[in-house]
Amino acid sequence: MTHPGISVLNLQKYFSKRKGVLRTRGTTMHALRDVSFEVALGETYGLLGPNGSGKSTLIRVLSTLLVPDGGEVRLLGHRLPGEERLVRQKIGRVSVDAAFYKKLSARENLLYSAYLYGLEARAAERRALEILEQLGLEGERFTDPLEEMSRGMQQKVAITRALLVNPPLLLLDEPTTGLDPKSKRDVQTFLENLRRTEGTTILLTSHDMAETERLCARIGFLAKGRLTAEGTAAELKRQAGAASLDDAFIALAGERLEEEGDAEKGAPDKVAPGEVETGGAAADKSSADEADEAAPALTE
Amino acid sequence: MEQVLRQAYAFVFRDYHLTRRYMSWVVVFTFYAVVNSATIAFIGVAAKDRRLTLTLLVGVMLWGFLSVLFNEIANSISYERWEGTLEYTFMAPVSRLIHLLGVSLYAAAYSIVRMFVVLVGLWLLIDLNLGGANLAGFAVVLAVSSLAFIGLGLMAAVLPVVSPERGAEATNIFQGILLLVSGVYYPVEVLPRWLQPLAYVSPATYALRACRKLMGIEGTGEVAQLRGAPLAAVLPELLILLGMGVVMIPLGLFVFGRVEGWAKRTGKLKRTG
Repeated sequence: MTHPGISVLNLQKYFSKRKGVLRTRGTTMHALRDVSFEVALGETYGLLGPNGSGKSTLIRVLSTLLVPDGGEVRLLGHRLPGEERLVRQKIGRVSVDAAFYKKLSARENLLYSAYLYGLEARAAERRALEILEQLGLEGERFTDPLEEMSRGMQQKVAITRALLVNPPLLLLDEPTTGLDPKSKRDVQTFLENLRRTEGTTILLTSHDMAETERLCARIGFLAKGRLTAEGTAAELKRQAGAASLDDAFIALAGERLEEEGDAEKGAPDKVAPGEVETGGAAADKSSADEADEAAPALTE
Repeated sequence: MEQVLRQAYAFVFRDYHLTRRYMSWVVVFTFYAVVNSATIAFIGVAAKDRRLTLTLLVGVMLWGFLSVLFNEIANSISYERWEGTLEYTFMAPVSRLIHLLGVSLYAAAYSIVRMFVVLVGLWLLIDLNLGGANLAGFAVVLAVSSLAFIGLGLMAAVLPVVSPERGAEATNIFQGILLLVSGVYYPVEVLPRWLQPLAYVSPATYALRACRKLMGIEGTGEVAQLRGAPLAAVLPELLILLGMGVVMIPLGLFVFGRVEGWAKRTGKLKRTG
């Protein structure tokens, strides 16, 4: 039986917070509203959206780190929520911030990850070195603590970690944000080769129009938690009557990508205690590292 | 099975290398533990009271062991939150049982090694004649009481998931209450009457009572020669400790699982700090 790599139907995710002791006031932030899309096996699908649009929330739902509040999610045929264990065996994730034990070396971090997935150490070490070499990171940095590496190097180690188990599905959340042009190109070339040689299904979120156009067969525009348009880059430009993907995004999503979510600033939905309201803006974000996650900015 | 063992080993591997990388701090903390233990034991030496000296020594050694064990487990999650790796651990295909078993294994090994280092340090500073004490029984009590403290650690580990900042603070408050009510350095009878019931729900109370019997320092009067009680004499304490472990470990895992589910619904797993 064939199934899509990713199938998302009417996905909803909201975050709530209560304030006050005696007179509680509830706020509800809708991070994802009725999001639906499919990614075919072996396809690279891009999600473009400004900060706070819900990209990272979507990646977290697909990574089994957030439980959806509505809709259907299937990854490689496995249902979420319900089949988290099977999904976890088959996905790799790279987030915008390379989260590691910074005191440990790349080798120690990668071996820890390999053991978590039940891999044999020698085989994992061999594969890690192969991937790092393809990404343009010298083998001699393998035993250096992560804290002594540049952000670009750390991000390459993060990509290596996601690929150690050779996952058939890769979730990439702004993997090249903050990288220098050379590192960016190394990563992009690697991802192209990976899709071609391994047939890996890739979901890529980005702010980078050129990168998305280069890597992705199809692209979705995400704004304020809604998927406002999707298609190939050419289709989106044609649909918007625009010359560039940037212009197409402004026309179809109603906002700019580069304004870091400024257009979304504003009050969260305010609802009475016990109520849940379905309108309102996504969260304002101040840190690039915390881009796109509507909830914690309010809840912490 | 091999895969499960590797997954449990992942946490031992990680924590061993983190300890190695923070070795200078480990040395500093261990040095402080030796000095702290010695200063407490010297109170008994100054009073020329061998029973008091050994009572304090048992307290400081046992509390040192159990509190480090508790801390290592309880702080494992807050440390992951701090480093931002918690999401990666939680999205790995490893069960929470194996995850927390791995963390507990390393915590137990680290606590044992640290306790021996502190003991050696004390040996250099204080005349420790333990001839006659039932040291094998002491080891059994340590092993059994570890189970209850692992269970408590699992329950405390969940606090940073609930609230990243307040969780770590609550862990310290909890540990402080255990120290206060368990009779680590004094009999629980000296506590205010309203506080004494808490002593009965602390596993440390039973562990300390058992260890003092095994050392032969229960009761009052002059201690010329240690006559440690046989293991059978502390069977009631061992059974209570075992019962606490049997209840607290599954309870800790259950609580952890529930809170993890709640955190995934409310978006609390995200990196902070």
